[in-house]
Amino acid sequence: MRAFAFEGGFVPPSTADFNLPPAFGNSAFTTKPILLVFLSVILISVFFIASSRKALVVPTKLQFAGELIYGFVRNDLGKEIIGAEFMRFVPLLFSLFTFILTNNIFGIVPLLQFPAMSHVSFPYVLAAFPFIAFHYVGIKKQGLGHYLKGIAFMPGVPKAVYILLTPIEIATFFLVRPLTLSLRLFANMFAGHLLLLVFIMGGDHLIKGVIGLKLVAPFSFTLGVVMTFFEFMVQCLQAYIFTLLSALYIAGALSDEH
Amino acid sequence: MKTRFAAEAATNPLIPHTAELIVGFIAFTLLFLVLRKAVVPMFEKAFAARTEAIQGGIEKAERAQAEAAEALQSYTAQLADARGEATKIREEARVQGAAIIEDLRSRAQEEAARITAQAHASIEAERQAAITSLRLEVGSLATDLASKIVGEALEDQARQSRVVDRFLEDLASEKGRN
Repeated sequence: MRAFAFEGGFVPPSTADFNLPPAFGNSAFTTKPILLVFLSVILISVFFIASSRKALVVPTKLQFAGELIYGFVRNDLGKEIIGAEFMRFVPLLFSLFTFILTNNIFGIVPLLQFPAMSHVSFPYVLAAFPFIAFHYVGIKKQGLGHYLKGIAFMPGVPKAVYILLTPIEIATFFLVRPLTLSLRLFANMFAGHLLLLVFIMGGDHLIKGVIGLKLVAPFSFTLGVVMTFFEFMVQCLQAYIFTLLSALYIAGALSDEH
Repeated sequence: MKTRFAAEAATNPLIPHTAELIVGFIAFTLLFLVLRKAVVPMFEKAFAARTEAIQGGIEKAERAQAEAAEALQSYTAQLADARGEATKIREEARVQGAAIIEDLRSRAQEEAARITAQAHASIEAERQAAITSLRLEVGSLATDLASKIVGEALEDQARQSRVVDRFLEDLASEKGRN
């Protein structure tokens, strides 16, 4: 079957499929992901301003929907994990969650159909915010010296172990955490989009093929639809994980014993 | 589906684009500021108002309950007071009743004694009167009878008087015996 496909000139989707040309003009700032990111900022702002504007005791349906998302981030990700000082970090966690969730879901919204987070630049920028935040609160809470000492020399460990542990801990706090945070999000969105491309472009190619291949095409499209549902789950999950880990890092920096 | 550029095919997906880094930073910062300034405080306001409304309701109910308990206690106390008062009044009434009965009884006895004494006195007086009137009447009756029986007039004053005296003496001695 693979041979048949290639005979027909099928080119499998590759990383190049993620580099879209500018939607209009010839600027690096008018590409699809950049426009989608701006669109997401406008949509999120409009939705939450509209839903929170009245701040009613008995909420309307719109306010209830907004409160549901806000309350989830505020209580389940903020209050539960960070504890007493959580309120300071709610705006950051709330922005991260809504921004990532919206841009991820754009990946399966008809016509938009592109997850901006599959461009690694955006996860890098997003990971920088909690990275700076948790180091900042750690230094502010414990003092620079004490904070760095807590990272490099974890208390309650035999001295000899530091030879191994210190480089690992330093790498964890300054390299692994921001990198895993951004790459996890990027890789999931990238792979998910690629998967959808494979099934949908594959189906598209099959349906143009000989009669035998035409019969197989619906299966490819069906799987594309199934994977779309699966992607929706992954998109929500990744937004949740990113925010959850950010909250955990902040909570870790706030508590004294690292 | 021919959206890919052959020239960009070799791009490493892990290398960030400068334009996207700038846009990502600006867009996210913008969103962060909007949500922090306009959305989070409003939701917090709604949450606080809701909490207050619920707590206010609970407090109000608690207050009402406390008031009801207080009222019940005061009514119970009043009832106990009233019962005590009633018992006291009943006791007083009983004592007073007994006193009144005692008083009436003694007064009745006095009255009875007085009436008895009066009766005794009046009987005595009547008896004296009867004795006096009898003495006169019996004298004349006896004289008349004696004159009739004897058949002769006892003209003689001296003899008449003697006869009467003797009769009365007999009468007196007879009465003395009774």
